[in-house]
Amino acid sequence: MATPNVPLWEVFIRSRNGLAHKHVGSLHAADSTLALQAARDIYTRRGEGLSIWVVPSNAITASDPSEKGMMFEPAESKIYRHPTFYDVPDEVGHM
Amino acid sequence: MYTQALNSSDGDDRGVEDVARTSQFQARIDADERIEPNDWMPAAYRKTLTRQISQHAHSEIVGMLPEGNWITRAPSLRRKAALLAKVQDECGHGLYLYAAAETLGTSREELVDGMLSGKAKYSSIFNYPTLTWADIGTIGWLVDGAAIMNQIPLCRCSYGPYARAMIRVCKEESFHQRQGFEIMVTLCRGTAEQKAMAQNALDRWWWPVLMMFGPPDQVSQHSDTSTKWKIKRFSNDELRQKFIDATVPQAEFLGLTIPDPGMKQNENGNWVHSPIDWDEFKQVLAGNGPCNRDRLAARRKAHDEGAWVREAAMAYAEKRKSRQLAQAAE
Repeated sequence: MATPNVPLWEVFIRSRNGLAHKHVGSLHAADSTLALQAARDIYTRRGEGLSIWVVPSNAITASDPSEKGMMFEPAESKIYRHPTFYDVPDEVGHM
Repeated sequence: MYTQALNSSDGDDRGVEDVARTSQFQARIDADERIEPNDWMPAAYRKTLTRQISQHAHSEIVGMLPEGNWITRAPSLRRKAALLAKVQDECGHGLYLYAAAETLGTSREELVDGMLSGKAKYSSIFNYPTLTWADIGTIGWLVDGAAIMNQIPLCRCSYGPYARAMIRVCKEESFHQRQGFEIMVTLCRGTAEQKAMAQNALDRWWWPVLMMFGPPDQVSQHSDTSTKWKIKRFSNDELRQKFIDATVPQAEFLGLTIPDPGMKQNENGNWVHSPIDWDEFKQVLAGNGPCNRDRLAARRKAHDEGAWVREAAMAYAEKRKSRQLAQAAE
């Protein structure tokens, strides 16, 4: 009964002009044409999208969540990258 | 749309993993963090969720059958278009949920085979027949209404992919309930025969719908771990009570009688139902409901008859790929 596994695709949708494509979920399809059609039927039944990307799931390289401490440490220690790090005298007003 | 009695877990296969990781995991849950597919999780958490999400998915797919039964016989084009859209939504919900279940490491094919072989369960409510058009109204009003009660708390479930799938599902579910209630309003404002048909449908669906929330709290042995893991946020009885209290005034508006002469309002304003026939529930879950065999046979037939399409699509994709490779080599 077991059929050959159909490839997995990740679906990204741009909801309105000016917004980036956003990951909405995944689906199985034999090829990219069928994946696009299935993505339209599964994820945009109510006009949710103006543009769809489908990407083979195995083409995505992901960071390892168990190493997220080390991965993102460089950002943790640099508070001077945030505007609130700098003192601006009150008299200057909003900057 | 429908989870019920799916929140069961296996208690035995815990204790093998190291205590430190388990307590770290529990600390993340307690801090309301979401667990994502590649995060470490106890084997029992993975197993419980794989079962709950896939059974939820099977329920959506099998749930297309009782309603699909009426698409060609809908009383108007408007009703037909709405019912078709609703059944398509159920299919979509099944697919969101399968995708969420797969992130736990079981393939789509294995999940579907589990349903087709009868090993995996789906919601007992779909083993009841849709005898008249009023059943379509009642399913939307009550079955989808009960499903919404169950599913809204699942939008905050600790497992990220499940919670996100449920947010999509809940957004679409409100249309289902409203279209059902509209059918009921129309029938109840129609001829005496139409109103009798609506009452008859309510009489048949009321008790099975109450069973959708699962066994009463004092005999539901699985709730503790699911609550601890924030998969389940309200008990079966709490959700059932919420549903009844919301439904009684709606039935009153329709001029229909809930088929429970013993139902009384207590001092807190809650409607207290008479005892539920849990033997019937057990029988239906065990495969002896009115339509169990029919539903599985229909799913198997659809799966078998679609096999050539799946094979052809894969063969075509292979052919194109090898042609492209050959062209690139030239």
